Amino acid sequence: MTDTLVVIQAAAAELSKSDLSAAGFGSQAASAAGGVFDILLLGPMASSLSSTAAGLGARTVFTMSSGELEAYTAEAYASAVEAFLEGRSWRLVAAATSSSTKEYFPRLAALLDVPMASDVLKIESSDSQRVVFTRAVFVGNLLATVELEAPRALVTCRASEFEPPAAAAEPSTIQAVEAPSGLAHPGKSFVGIEAASSDRPDLKEADIIVSVGRGTRGPGEGIPLCEKLADTLGAALGATRAVVDAGWMANEFQIGQTGKIVAPEVYIAIGLSGSIQHLAGMRNSKTIVAINMDPEAPIFDVADFGLVADLFDAVPELTAVLEKRGG
Amino acid sequence: MLGGGLPSIAKKVLSSQGGEVKLLVTLKRTPQRDARIRISEAGDSLDLDNVQFEVNPFDELAVEEALRIREAGAEVEVVVVTVGGEECQQQLISALAMGADRAVRVEPSGQSLDSLRVAGALVAVARREEPDLVLAGKLAVDDECGQVPAMMAGLLGWPQANQASSVELSEDASSLRVVCEVDAGLETVTLALPAVVMADLRLNEPRYASLPGIMKAKKKPVEVLALDELGDAGSTRSRVTGFRALEEKSPGVRIDTAEELVRALEERKLV
Repeated sequence: MTDTLVVIQAAAAELSKSDLSAAGFGSQAASAAGGVFDILLLGPMASSLSSTAAGLGARTVFTMSSGELEAYTAEAYASAVEAFLEGRSWRLVAAATSSSTKEYFPRLAALLDVPMASDVLKIESSDSQRVVFTRAVFVGNLLATVELEAPRALVTCRASEFEPPAAAAEPSTIQAVEAPSGLAHPGKSFVGIEAASSDRPDLKEADIIVSVGRGTRGPGEGIPLCEKLADTLGAALGATRAVVDAGWMANEFQIGQTGKIVAPEVYIAIGLSGSIQHLAGMRNSKTIVAINMDPEAPIFDVADFGLVADLFDAVPELTAVLEKRGG
Repeated sequence: MLGGGLPSIAKKVLSSQGGEVKLLVTLKRTPQRDARIRISEAGDSLDLDNVQFEVNPFDELAVEEALRIREAGAEVEVVVVTVGGEECQQQLISALAMGADRAVRVEPSGQSLDSLRVAGALVAVARREEPDLVLAGKLAVDDECGQVPAMMAGLLGWPQANQASSVELSEDASSLRVVCEVDAGLETVTLALPAVVMADLRLNEPRYASLPGIMKAKKKPVEVLALDELGDAGSTRSRVTGFRALEEKSPGVRIDTAEELVRALEERKLV
């Protein structure tokens, strides 16, 4: 009863950085508890991802897919994991925090009647009866120690806080598990998804993020300058709530308490003041650069490098300097 | 862009249906959004003595959405519910002042409850009230767990939608079309009622209570139910045992030009 199961949503052609971090979490949880970890790939790409997943140090990589798991729904995914766990011995079921796991993990916790810790940053300790985590509370302004006192528990982990596992000496066993029928909820239908198309890297995958605030004055003004900078750096583009609320960028670009929590190597904050909700989404970035006219802007309190300047001058200058040095 | 403008269709439908639609909104009392939260000297609790409280902002969006559904149609009852002691009365009254019809408070009698027990208590209330829809905020801004509403959906066996930015009732008032803000973009799902929907930031803009609303709220019923009477399973298995401040970050440096910035990033091998 010391084993950890890491659940990965197998919807894309490749494993994401978050998926690798989830495996890293599994590996850490396993060593903390003196057990091993397994991976469950759930969804249409499960079998094609299994050979890559088998290199992550898990004992077994299980795959499960069916028509009902083709498009993600919280109801089918929660029921699938519940069905998978039936008759198996387990201690901890884990996944990386995402909009999907925010939705289906608590549902699964209720189905299994086990406690859950959301979006943990660190494993403090784990044994057969008790597992202790650190997580952020109050818009990321405080850290809390959370103790789950139970032989079984669920946890989601913040991917940016966990390194991918070290390369495995031996590949995992791969085992296909048949999905039972009747996973989908008759009352839920997936209609469709609308995503802004972009050639830039995904926010959660990128090493560099250029993030834009209200100070950019929108798509007709400062945002194209920031896009050019992002493209020069091969960076992802992010945004504040104000920018998304104004309709200047789509919701999937939002960074903060609502939106994504990121921690890239370099975070370049342009024309954004740094509300606590925004800081909650990026304060763990390795290096933070802030460009803002207002020297008192709170973003400068977390910035490693602060440039007090008009972004309409500074951003094109920065792009030009980078272009001149070839990249 | 994503207004929570409410279904004009709802108007004809609900009135033509005749039956009453019941909306149950769950809410939590949380410290005011800009309150400065201090850790107690022992480090095991928070010093909340001088902190003002309010309705969790995401739950306020859920209350507002329920009121908009009612305003778009006829015969909609909006019931708000919370789990907590006497001190939560004020937040229920705030929701009643916004326009909710009545309130239920589950009194835990000093017991500390984890998410699953709170969800269990709310589900017990849902079973008594038999709502067509449970609306909740996607997250409470204090513990930021975001677990309770989806746990309710699981316990009830109802379909759910999280991070909703738009909610639209079907013509026959039997289902909802919900747009959710997911990591990849905007996902649209339909839910047959009864269901659980969790509100996100862009669902609507909550109203302020009007003066007549505040006066009327005082006369609206608030039912108090003891947790023990609701079939509570009675074991808290998750608890916070300590708090600590974030590590202090060493102050950054001010730079004056773009060239200097590029040089600094190059020195760190970041570009």
